[in-house]
Amino acid sequence: MRRPAPVRFRRALLAAAGTALLPWHAARADDRGQPHSHVFTAAAADVLTVVGPWEMTGLDPSRAGYMFARMEVVETLLDVDGRGRLQIRLATRWQVSADGLEWRFTLRSNRRYHDGTEVTPESVLACLRRAHGRPGVLSMAGIRSIAVDSGAIVFTMARPFAPLPYLLTHSSVQILAPASFDARGNVVKIIGTGPFRITSLSLPQQFNVERFAGYGGLPIPGLVQRARYISVARAETRTLLVESGQADLAFSLDPPSIRRLQRSPKAVLLAEMLPRTTFIKLNSGHPLLADVRVRRAISLCVERQGIARALLRDPDLGATQLFPPSMRAWHDPSLPPLRTDPLAARTLLEQAGWRLGADGIRSRAGTRLALTLTTFVDRPELPLIATALQEEMRQIGIAVRVVIGNSSDIPAGHRSGALQMGLVARNFGNLPDPVATLLQDFGPEGGDWGAMGWRNGEVPGLLQRLASGTQAPPAQQQADRARVAAVLQSELPLIPVVWYRQVCATSLRIDGASIDPYERSYRISQLSWK
Amino acid sequence: MTTISSRAPAWRGIATALAQRLLQAVLVALLVGTLCFFMTRMLPGDMAYRIAAGRYGYDMVTSAAAEAVRLELGLDRPWLAALGDWWQRLLQLDLGVSQVTAEPVMVEIERQLWPTLRLSVLAMFLSLLVGPLLGVLAGLKPGGLLDRVTLAVSVVLRALPSFLLGLVLVLVFSVKLGILPAAGHDDHGSIVLPALTLALGMAAVSCRVARDAMVQVRGSAYFAFALTKGLSMRQALLRHGLRNVAAPVIAYLGVQLVYLVEGVVLVETIFAWPGIGHALVHAIFGRDVPMIQGTALVLGLMFVLFNALVDTACAFIDPRRGAGHAA
Repeated sequence: MRRPAPVRFRRALLAAAGTALLPWHAARADDRGQPHSHVFTAAAADVLTVVGPWEMTGLDPSRAGYMFARMEVVETLLDVDGRGRLQIRLATRWQVSADGLEWRFTLRSNRRYHDGTEVTPESVLACLRRAHGRPGVLSMAGIRSIAVDSGAIVFTMARPFAPLPYLLTHSSVQILAPASFDARGNVVKIIGTGPFRITSLSLPQQFNVERFAGYGGLPIPGLVQRARYISVARAETRTLLVESGQADLAFSLDPPSIRRLQRSPKAVLLAEMLPRTTFIKLNSGHPLLADVRVRRAISLCVERQGIARALLRDPDLGATQLFPPSMRAWHDPSLPPLRTDPLAARTLLEQAGWRLGADGIRSRAGTRLALTLTTFVDRPELPLIATALQEEMRQIGIAVRVVIGNSSDIPAGHRSGALQMGLVARNFGNLPDPVATLLQDFGPEGGDWGAMGWRNGEVPGLLQRLASGTQAPPAQQQADRARVAAVLQSELPLIPVVWYRQVCATSLRIDGASIDPYERSYRISQLSWK
Repeated sequence: MTTISSRAPAWRGIATALAQRLLQAVLVALLVGTLCFFMTRMLPGDMAYRIAAGRYGYDMVTSAAAEAVRLELGLDRPWLAALGDWWQRLLQLDLGVSQVTAEPVMVEIERQLWPTLRLSVLAMFLSLLVGPLLGVLAGLKPGGLLDRVTLAVSVVLRALPSFLLGLVLVLVFSVKLGILPAAGHDDHGSIVLPALTLALGMAAVSCRVARDAMVQVRGSAYFAFALTKGLSMRQALLRHGLRNVAAPVIAYLGVQLVYLVEGVVLVETIFAWPGIGHALVHAIFGRDVPMIQGTALVLGLMFVLFNALVDTACAFIDPRRGAGHAA
């Protein structure tokens, strides 16, 4: 039986559509020009895969510059080692004038950008001036001018600023080749000087790198030659990527994933304490919190070891002082540790005039001891810790309402003065010398992420002296730092809760992995295949 | 002459349908964009701080950085002016500039649309490959083993949220068996698991729809007649059964598009698939209003487009609808 023409036409159309769909997908997978084997291999055999939650939100150094630094594509004038000590990078040495107002950085000779052009003092100067002209770390130093003088970079300062070399290690001050910028000064390409150069980039999710032959040094067989970074938003997915062998390094893992990977035969976990502390930022100007006895009572009721064990699965992270042991210059082992003593906390509140009411909440002259604790979800552990603190404070008679919003609530609440208590995690290692960060946090007006409404005549002065003392004897500097730590410990403008440990999962096929406590580098140039 | 006079109304009908769809698309665009605008404004938290956090990381956000962002983007402008501005630009097909990445939204969407389309089309294709086939086989023997098994599996699959189903698939195919990549987009075969996650959820429903339709066809007089006049079961099914089963399955696909668009947002995030759904989630976290408006707009228009395709397919398969015989 012959079918009518429309029916045949429709059949033919359907069959064509069906057959067209299948090869389409197969073709799409291959059109990136990358070699693929026909059978799926867990990860490309010689490409190291790094996964983390961070997306590349732009090429500008102030945006995703830290990611290009971590993958060792770009460099800064100076660097720090794992202990926070300054290391040379594009600059080979530096000196400061006796009055601390002129800094001179000598550049390394014969260095080349990834496009083959030479690293000239002028090209470095252009990057530094660009960074200085934008909001960022250089704006806090009081730099009057940056210039080139007989091949060296010269900073002229409005006032002495000792941490300047540390500011120059920040990823927003990275050095890019002149060809990286368009006519209007926007970054259009990442052409750095690091041991790896970018081979392909698909914002915001992924970029691939390969070893840059012009970096110098002899080729060592077995070292990782090619790598890629993939932004993977969810911690579960990052964990599964390592477990399936698709990823070789996975960063920022949550406690349940860490426990899962501890039992997995397919991954090795590395851990390193980071200079990050989770603390309660208190509005010391608030009528209920102005009394240091109330702040101490809150500190005494916090079960730091319990929170660390139950919520972070790592009992060593209970904070005995604000600065974690990884901040070697600032952590003072001789400082009496913060302790947990609910009985003493209750006594302190009694002494401050707060009497227990029938509902278990204290009040004084008709005012209930009720406070709001604001926190945010950018770090998943914060809301959990906040609810634990709520219960611990309830047990000593303080009613706490937990408000979970987003990170903007903290600086905005600081500015408006409406914030009462905020649970925040602060990275003191943003700059390897925390003085600049601490100046922001404990300045006379307090800081968005630091003290609030806290009047102290001593700490701002000590920090100022540390910041300006380019020629100060080390012993005096150490004494100043110890004094700052001691005052913060007794006055408690911030109540430390837990420290932070970065955990990284590595696949079994690589050797030589380590964690940079300053989160500046993934150290992939040191990795080799097993 | 007769052919021309009989075709003219059909073309007019298509033109009317197209015009209706276009109008629908324009309305969706205006509505989605405006709703997104208001919802973003109503989200808690200061926009300037959120955008600064999206750009520089929250650790680096100070009031100074937030104020710089506020000034740069004119966030303290009256909201009516900002909305009017967006409408005006939309008329010129300009979706604005992302507040986080500073790239034109159009450029970003161009980059993300293709992966999302690939994923959605493959998911739809897989779901149509699996669901109706099993449904028809189950419907041929209602109450049989296959019918009962597919019922149970459908219920489980449809009840599982897509993110959970996705994780289960990764555990099985990537971690245990090691035959498919767990996530990402440039390893060979990385589209399979996200597409399968979406497809299984859809197939669960289309399988049941096809099964019920098959049961109905099987009990109909014309099917019995086809068998009586001597056609084999296979012949009767191919000539008289499948097309009748297809009509409700395709019609129901329109309803399933909601599941697809919603699923794309979740599945892309879990599988780190660089598409529009993934971008939408990030834009919401970063309070990137132009990006939210742009991505939601494209998802909305995708919905309109797919719906139009489904309607066309329905008319194609069921001649009664087009010619008005059904009435």
